[in-house]
Amino acid sequence: MAWETVIGLEIHAQLATKSKIFSGASIAYGAEPNTQACVVDLALPGVLPVLNKRALEMAVKFGLAIGADVPRVSIFARKNYFYPDLPQGYQISQFDLPVVGKGYLDIPLESGGTKRVGVTRAHLEQDAGKSLHEDFQGLTGIDLNRAGTPLLEIVSEPEISNAKEAVAYMKKIHALVQYLQICDGNMQEGSFRCDANVSVRPVGQKEFGTRAEVKNLNSFRFVEKAINHEVERQIDLIESGQKIVQETRLYDPDKNETRSMRSKEEANDYRYFPCPDLLPVIVSDELKEQIRADLPELPEAKCQRFIDELGLSEKDALGLSAQRDIAEYFEVVAEGSGEVKLSANWVMGELSASLNREDIAVADCPVSAELLAGLVQRIADKTISGKIAKGIFTAMWDGGGDADSIIESKGLKQITDTGAITAMVAEVIANNPSQAEQYRAGKEQLIGFFVGQVMKASKGKANPAQVNQELVKLLKA
Amino acid sequence: MHKKSLAELSALLSSGETSSVELTRYFLDRIAMYDGDINSFVTVTEEQALQSAAQADKMIADGKAQVLTGIPLAQKDIFCTQDVRTACGSKMLDNFIAPYNATVVEKLNATGMPMLGKLNMDEFAMGSSNETSFYGAVKNPWDLERVPGGSSGGSAAAVAAGLAPIATGTDTGGSIRQPASLTGLSGLKPTYGRVSRWGMIAFASSLDQAGMLAHSAEDCALLLQGIAGFDEKDSTSVDRAVPDYSADLNKPLKGLKVGLPKEYFGEGLDSKVGAIIDEAIAEYQRLGAEMIEISLPNTHLAVPAYYVIAPAECSSNLSRYDGVRYGYRCEDPKDLSDMYERSRGEAFGYEVKRRIMMGAYALSSGYYDAYYLKAQKIRRLISADFEDAFSQVDVIMGPTAPTTAFKLGEKADDPITMYLSDIYTIAVNLAGLPAMSIPAGLADGLPVGLQLIGNYFDEAGLLNVAHQFQQSTDWHRQSPAAYN
Repeated sequence: MAWETVIGLEIHAQLATKSKIFSGASIAYGAEPNTQACVVDLALPGVLPVLNKRALEMAVKFGLAIGADVPRVSIFARKNYFYPDLPQGYQISQFDLPVVGKGYLDIPLESGGTKRVGVTRAHLEQDAGKSLHEDFQGLTGIDLNRAGTPLLEIVSEPEISNAKEAVAYMKKIHALVQYLQICDGNMQEGSFRCDANVSVRPVGQKEFGTRAEVKNLNSFRFVEKAINHEVERQIDLIESGQKIVQETRLYDPDKNETRSMRSKEEANDYRYFPCPDLLPVIVSDELKEQIRADLPELPEAKCQRFIDELGLSEKDALGLSAQRDIAEYFEVVAEGSGEVKLSANWVMGELSASLNREDIAVADCPVSAELLAGLVQRIADKTISGKIAKGIFTAMWDGGGDADSIIESKGLKQITDTGAITAMVAEVIANNPSQAEQYRAGKEQLIGFFVGQVMKASKGKANPAQVNQELVKLLKA
Repeated sequence: MHKKSLAELSALLSSGETSSVELTRYFLDRIAMYDGDINSFVTVTEEQALQSAAQADKMIADGKAQVLTGIPLAQKDIFCTQDVRTACGSKMLDNFIAPYNATVVEKLNATGMPMLGKLNMDEFAMGSSNETSFYGAVKNPWDLERVPGGSSGGSAAAVAAGLAPIATGTDTGGSIRQPASLTGLSGLKPTYGRVSRWGMIAFASSLDQAGMLAHSAEDCALLLQGIAGFDEKDSTSVDRAVPDYSADLNKPLKGLKVGLPKEYFGEGLDSKVGAIIDEAIAEYQRLGAEMIEISLPNTHLAVPAYYVIAPAECSSNLSRYDGVRYGYRCEDPKDLSDMYERSRGEAFGYEVKRRIMMGAYALSSGYYDAYYLKAQKIRRLISADFEDAFSQVDVIMGPTAPTTAFKLGEKADDPITMYLSDIYTIAVNLAGLPAMSIPAGLADGLPVGLQLIGNYFDEAGLLNVAHQFQQSTDWHRQSPAAYN
């Protein structure tokens, strides 16, 4: 039988506020346990939540960016359950009337083209703390630093058809929240994580199959692997005559498998009801318009502009517009150097590789966009070759100053003087008579050997194009 | 000294005829002498009180005193007080010392009012007789075999017996007004949102409101001035200017339109209580008020709706008492659920457990619409009844409680009868309106309270109506003979 897969994703994006969603405590990552938990986060008797306005604005920003309905009134609700790292005994979340209603995203398909995936809703909620099971023998430690961290939970429609689409959707949201500067997107620190609702049904069947919710998907790779594994598991079960149980499953990346956490029967009755400590949240038209006016250029618009105005290929434009900080960096390099294509190559090549290798963000890059623009300019005006430029880039990375001063101090200026090049070429031919003879006898691939020898003799400074040209001329003479 | 009004005490302090330390000492002595029988205080903070009094005396000497500076008071043990245990009448919080002050406490501390101690109350403010306290029942100073009402029973008994000039209280379904009625005091529950709930341990968040129990409306006005106002730490507090609550006290009542809801004078009202209320109404007519019969047709739905909404909120509010971070934890828990079950099972009293169970049930999937949602609809109907009424009248009057103080143990085993003792007060909380209870007379030697209900944020109007009655009668000056 042929099967089709139905996937819905729930993405939790940690909002990049300074303080928690309902208290003034900091949300900075990595502090000593329980040092960033105030009386509100500890849920002491008598404390009350006050909504962080920035968190609300960020949610609205997201809603407007996905073309969603942002209703005037939304309501916070309590989701009641007991867990040691949930200090209040309830999570303040949204149930009926979330801050963001229906919207959509267009995701790129591998086969080319795009697919529109609906976003059902996005709502604000507070994160729980952490239970630490490893550090204490026979006991559990509780760290409440994370308790009360603002989250935006983004729920998709069940319109995703396979693991690759799921990854594309997740990447799209990942890029978007960073574009909007509402989430740092750091998946290792848990700032961006995902649960997947997965079901299968025979092709052509209208009703959904029974779904399983797969939790703990904190990388794009895990999302793909976990979904593929889960789909296979469900098909195997059905084909062997068994039934899918509605349940929550946990993905184990080490074993690449999902295992049952709890079934529907064991599921909590969360007893949602409107939080009486918080009034309904009003998003005025005025606030909405103000946030709309402040929206940055979004990835799709930026990509299109790179193609239309800068003349980049679709591939380059897509690559450069995927991340806002890279895109903005590129634009400064391109403008500063006046060399669009060369700038694109350098940003996507040497710069991205170095950032990845050192695992740092663009904001922390030691080579500023202005510095790189200066380097690109020197390549373009043939002061240096691309190869020399890589060395200069490394020197700049290590704090060596701008391209011109490195070229000057290290004497790296490209040799473009025809007389000097001719002399070097002549000398190399004279020193390698047998290779010259073979070349003349038709073994033309030896041209590479000669170029290499001349470049070596010039310490890499000779203009390679000119060298090539002179070699051919003299060897064939 | 314990019969003087706040204004009189303030005058004595500013003229130097007494000092705050002397005054504080005086009330501490009375507490030591009388509270053994009454059990109104769970904690007496003698040392801190005297220190604060000395500071208050310095404020007075430095000319930095306000009206309330130097006058001691007692706080209901529901308000968090830094470094002083806040137990909220429960074994659960018997070991809990808050690291912060409630806004009400903070404001009154800043004014220079020494705190004599923390007052007994029904456990987590759930009760109408002060019999559910972990710290034992409070006795009514008018008759030690009777209850003082609840949940602010400690506040009521302490002020009625002259152990404190004034006390704070909280009112979720009548917890200030009913005890005020049963002990012959003036008690004010302000409009929901008028006083900050920050640091006031939550019972039912959408209904809880802080207020006070005092000897007179005039005293209530002075204390309300000290605690009212917007607080950015409480999202439900209202950002609205605070008027001078004493300014209109002497306004004549001629032409005042008083609504008498027929539903408040029917079956269930004790006839002697009813007669005293009628006499109070006659007094208002003599003062120039015009009586208008009105109807609040959904009154009979108030108690059922309240006993869905309040328990629903409390079931969630009390989830934080789980033995994990503070408060009571059972001995040697086997595992997590054992810790939860035994910590909560051993530390919560019966009434609290009952309400948590009722509330969790009402919020459960499949029952939510039938209970919680329906109760919220009733709540809106009840508010609408009051809105209609206030389009015709300035103030609504009726009895505060259907009976005078009942005997200890009399209703303890019958929750429905107990719940009905708040039948006239609960609708006010559902609507969020301000209301008072003022002494209107004695029935068989026990106080009877007249309830005054005002429109939203019209505390000044209520206080005026109450004060005028107290200018022409002296019921508010009656006190239990044993503590004269």
